[in-house]
Amino acid sequence: MGDVLIFAEHQGGHFPKTTLTAVNAGLELAKKRGGNAIAVVAGDAPEALAGEIAKYGVSKVIALAHANLKNYVADAHAAALAALVKKAGAEFVLATATAVGKDLAPRLAARLGAPMASEITAINDDGTYIRPMYAGNAMATIELDGPVKVITVRGTAFDAAKPADSAASVEKADAEIDPSAAKTEFVSFNQTKSDRPQLTEARIVVSGGRGLKSGDNFKTVLEPLVDEMGAAMGASRAAVDAGFVPNDLQVGQTGKVVAPELYVAVGISGAIQHLAGMKDSKIIVAINKDEEAPIFNVADYGLVADLFKAVPEMAEEMKKLKHS
Amino acid sequence: MKILVPIKRVPDPATTIRVLPDGSGIATDNVKWVINPFDEIAIEEALRIKEKQGGEVVLITIGQSTWQEQLRTGLAMGADRAILIKNDAALDSLALARILAKVIGDENPELVLLGKQAIDDDSNQVGQMLAEMLGWPQATFASKVEFADKKVTVTREVDGGLETIAFNLPAVVTTDLRLNEPRYASLPGIMKARKKELKEIPADSLGVDLAPKLKIKTLAAPPKRQAGRKVGSVQELVQVLHTEAKVI
Repeated sequence: MGDVLIFAEHQGGHFPKTTLTAVNAGLELAKKRGGNAIAVVAGDAPEALAGEIAKYGVSKVIALAHANLKNYVADAHAAALAALVKKAGAEFVLATATAVGKDLAPRLAARLGAPMASEITAINDDGTYIRPMYAGNAMATIELDGPVKVITVRGTAFDAAKPADSAASVEKADAEIDPSAAKTEFVSFNQTKSDRPQLTEARIVVSGGRGLKSGDNFKTVLEPLVDEMGAAMGASRAAVDAGFVPNDLQVGQTGKVVAPELYVAVGISGAIQHLAGMKDSKIIVAINKDEEAPIFNVADYGLVADLFKAVPEMAEEMKKLKHS
Repeated sequence: MKILVPIKRVPDPATTIRVLPDGSGIATDNVKWVINPFDEIAIEEALRIKEKQGGEVVLITIGQSTWQEQLRTGLAMGADRAILIKNDAALDSLALARILAKVIGDENPELVLLGKQAIDDDSNQVGQMLAEMLGWPQATFASKVEFADKKVTVTREVDGGLETIAFNLPAVVTTDLRLNEPRYASLPGIMKARKKELKEIPADSLGVDLAPKLKIKTLAAPPKRQAGRKVGSVQELVQVLHTEAKVI
């Protein structure tokens, strides 16, 4: 008992940082609940990737193979994983709350009749967990009751796993997928083209809000600063709602949760739902012309200024700093 | 097409949430209650599909008698009828999904549309659990839903881009922000809504297991972040970030 199956999500033939976060949280959970941490890599030919994740301190890796697991789809993946959980006798299934993790884990939980905790931020010694509710305005201590439990972790709340001295063994398993659980057809993935770092992986995030006034201004005013800082670009929900930028840039309760070393909020008022996605950043900078804006209540450094003047100036200062 | 839309009553997103001193819940005095914003998007999408293809839009919620208010709002937007599954106790997502699965067995809709997450508990679970219990395909985080005969093609908001998946009805679709802009209820809509059917069914009459397997033991306010200081210029800002915070 106490064994933890870690769902090792992969994208385009590699593991994003969020997967290493899941591994680390899985190792912590296994240690605290007295079990083994076992990573699962699902795919049509997952062996090579399974070998990769084996280096990160888990006690075993299962390469779960099936033609229907070539692309991620919820129903086939949930069916294959549920069968594996039962066969392996695992007590926990853990994933990071990425788009895939959020889509898959509840379906898997229902298939197992297991309770599920979404986006936990801490694993307590007494068997309970902490998770945010109400856009992070309440931290709940929760208890899961049942022989099997499903958990997603918040990517920013745990560190990424580091390579261990030796690699674990990889075991290949052919997945069992009932045809009734393979009703979804993957059509296409239209990747947003960008040379910038991923929002959830970046050391610096620069986000724009409604104050930018237009999508064009994101390009001409904000992006030069973003690139000068080597940052990822984010946006508030208001900017997404107004159609300035696509939704996958959204930082907040209903978008991505980030906790970079430096978060620069430009023209963002600081609505509760935005703060929910960035208030754990190490250093927060706010640039806003309204000195009453709530964003200043969480900012380490605030600059009351017209962003259309301040942002190009800051890009210029960054350039100077780099060359000094 | 017959579409079922489960909705939830939540505090208005602009409400400041305060945890009660004893950690038993949140303060609900002065809270304005609304339809969960993502569920409102689901209602809107259901109405648009009905306007194109005909059919029926049925709302359902699971809660106390006061939740009728949100059902009436949805009826005023244009839904045809509503079902309130009466229940006073705290339910977890599994129990909610079980109740919905049971009612769906009786109602037989071709499509279930609901919000990707409720903005109170932020769990993001019920749609996916329901799809599994019904053995139906699911599309979460939908930003576009298109129909060709019985086939549905859904564009989904995923990490790093947009994904497209397809399946046959019946299915469960959960809505993301950009799917549509919900309409306001019109005055004639509000008048009409008063006469529309709103059926109440006690949850414990459905014969499903309601015992929660996820229990909230206590709530606490999050650690408060201290406001820092204001700087006078861009030059000073870059300077302190470099020498004091050492992040650039």
